[in-house]
Amino acid sequence: MHDSHEFKIPFGPQHPALKEPEGFSIALKGEKIMGVEVRLGYNHRGIEKACESKTYIQAMYLVERVCGICSHSHSTCFIQAVEEIAGLVVPKRALYLRTLVGELERIHSHLLWLGVAGHEIGFDTLLMYSWRDREVVMDILAKITGNRVNYGMNTIGGVRRDIFPLDAQAVLKDVDILEERTKYYIELALKETTIIKRLSGVGVVSHEDAIKLGAVGPTARASGIARDTRKDDPYAAYGELKFDVITSDKNDVYGRTIVRVLELMESYKIIRQVIQNLPEGPITVKAPRKIPAGEAISRYEAPRGEDVHYVKSNGTEKPERVKMRAPTLANVQAVKHMLKDRYLADMPIVIAAIDPCFSCTDRLIWVEDVNSKKYDVMNWGTLHAYSVDWHRQHGINFSKLNQELAKKMERA
Amino acid sequence: MVSTFFYILVFPGFLFLSLFSLAAEFLDRRIYARLQNRVGPPWFQPFADFIKLLGKEDVVPCEANAFMFTIAPLVSLTAAVTAFIYIPLWQIQPLCSFQGDLIVVLYLLTIPTLAFFIGGWYSTSLFARLGSVRSITQLFAYEVPLFMSVLSSAMLAGTWALKDVMAFYHQHPAYSLFNIVGFGVALIALLAKLEKAPFDIPEAETEIVAGCFTEYSGRLFAFLKLTLNIEMIVGCSLIAAVFLPFGLGLGPVLGFFVYVAKILFVVFLLALARTVFARMRIDQMINFCWKYMVPLMLIQLFFNLIIKQFLS
Repeated sequence: MHDSHEFKIPFGPQHPALKEPEGFSIALKGEKIMGVEVRLGYNHRGIEKACESKTYIQAMYLVERVCGICSHSHSTCFIQAVEEIAGLVVPKRALYLRTLVGELERIHSHLLWLGVAGHEIGFDTLLMYSWRDREVVMDILAKITGNRVNYGMNTIGGVRRDIFPLDAQAVLKDVDILEERTKYYIELALKETTIIKRLSGVGVVSHEDAIKLGAVGPTARASGIARDTRKDDPYAAYGELKFDVITSDKNDVYGRTIVRVLELMESYKIIRQVIQNLPEGPITVKAPRKIPAGEAISRYEAPRGEDVHYVKSNGTEKPERVKMRAPTLANVQAVKHMLKDRYLADMPIVIAAIDPCFSCTDRLIWVEDVNSKKYDVMNWGTLHAYSVDWHRQHGINFSKLNQELAKKMERA
Repeated sequence: MVSTFFYILVFPGFLFLSLFSLAAEFLDRRIYARLQNRVGPPWFQPFADFIKLLGKEDVVPCEANAFMFTIAPLVSLTAAVTAFIYIPLWQIQPLCSFQGDLIVVLYLLTIPTLAFFIGGWYSTSLFARLGSVRSITQLFAYEVPLFMSVLSSAMLAGTWALKDVMAFYHQHPAYSLFNIVGFGVALIALLAKLEKAPFDIPEAETEIVAGCFTEYSGRLFAFLKLTLNIEMIVGCSLIAAVFLPFGLGLGPVLGFFVYVAKILFVVFLLALARTVFARMRIDQMINFCWKYMVPLMLIQLFFNLIIKQFLS
């Protein structure tokens, strides 16, 4: 390895530091990173297209599965848009319950992140501790919604489950436990030397750059931008609740850590307020099966940042177009910037610091011929024709099956 | 002749050393797990892992230099086991001894790291190459403080033979308190030598997969892991011999238990350090070694020189 020699190492799509397949090609000079190429698209599942062939309520369940961690965020964001088009007035109690689950989800996501961050810097003790404590919040979620992930709490026009008074008291008790533990983590983050040494000054994005790159969520807030959809554009019950937007002017991974652990404390505050001020009343209103024609954009502050959903309806049972922009897509631009002139050892934690969720992000796949560098953009019609043609060439013909299905549909 | 072979191959040589090192690995992992609020593995886990790995296929990458790739684990294992022969365990007389064996032990303990470098380099995987460069870089950082700490203790005793160093401290146990800084530095250097957190930089899982060991599998990997375990025991024994010279001359049975207790104490300290620190970056590690550990050892050396004048 001569000094002037630059070489490239593949960091993914399969790599122990990455929890999901994503390609990073790093040009290295010794231990120094000279350049990074990011390749998204390994997790493209065609969810947006699939939504178009499902009814709104089915699509909601599908959207919930965009992400395993911020599942409530995506489904809430989606139905907020649908409810806006349908002109539904969601009962207050439902809004409060949505907020409750949303905040519990934030706690579980941030504790998960803290553990992953610890693992990335080779501090497995932190991983074990924070994931142990995360079990507390997972149990609360299971108690309230019936599931540890993919809660299935939402429905168009409200929520599906009410909270029992006894459960509410149990939540308060558990939140006390979590608060106690979080105080310990805050102390740890502020005092532990090796953590500070590994995190401060790493992955710096200045205030101006963060605005320019359109960073969202804790990544933006750690660069001193007070950008939080819960405050800027209050949805659910956030308009009536008191909480602070946590920011830090450290601009680095250390700042992002502090923002996240302090945000946990805000979440506990919110949960206490929600349970104490939980209004009485119904938890859902009846929603029409057919949503009138229209379009809406909905914003939601997911644990990783602002989630945006766009829904266009055409007066039928099924949406005409659904578009999602997960927070990672907004932050992934900043990663390249953060990694410039850093060491290889910082790579995992810098990537982890935006709390990436690549499977949420992948909305598009761009297949390029490696040799000729050529690519084709196909519209839906050509793609469909190509697929039919491909199957025919391989001896599979669906036309008969399609005709039979069409006949059956007619009879029904 | 037969008894010599017995000593070298069975007890307290290779066989005992292997079993003891696997048991120590279990304790290390168990303590680590308990400190992290986990249950940890059952007592036979390291043995089971070893036996399972022995039954697996050895895969040598096509691009790799097969000879260097296969020879590296064996060389490292041999070197680590050989070093053990020169270290006094529960009596002052080790199996073999001569004037200057202290240097030989330290030299033999360097060979595994070099062998890892060679094995990693010749496996031609990018991750393995990065790992081997890192491990050799790290070697230059921790080896100097380790040598200085062991030698400063020997200097106070005025000899280069481990046997005589031990005899000296056995006569004056209180003198070993002078080396308390050296003990700390030697422990930290041992952590780096064993590539354990916070110095597991050469095999940092989240950065370079498994470092030099990335391409190893099956029997070769089993021997590499065994080497690291044996190196841990040998390193701990060396530290125990030089810095903890208590309970010698208690007879073979009691002496043996005291020796085991000493080793487990050092293993416990290593596990503790592994629990409470995050992994350092390679530049931070080198800075730490040269900026803090080496000056500290220079002070210790100077201090020992003065003390020696007073004592004589």
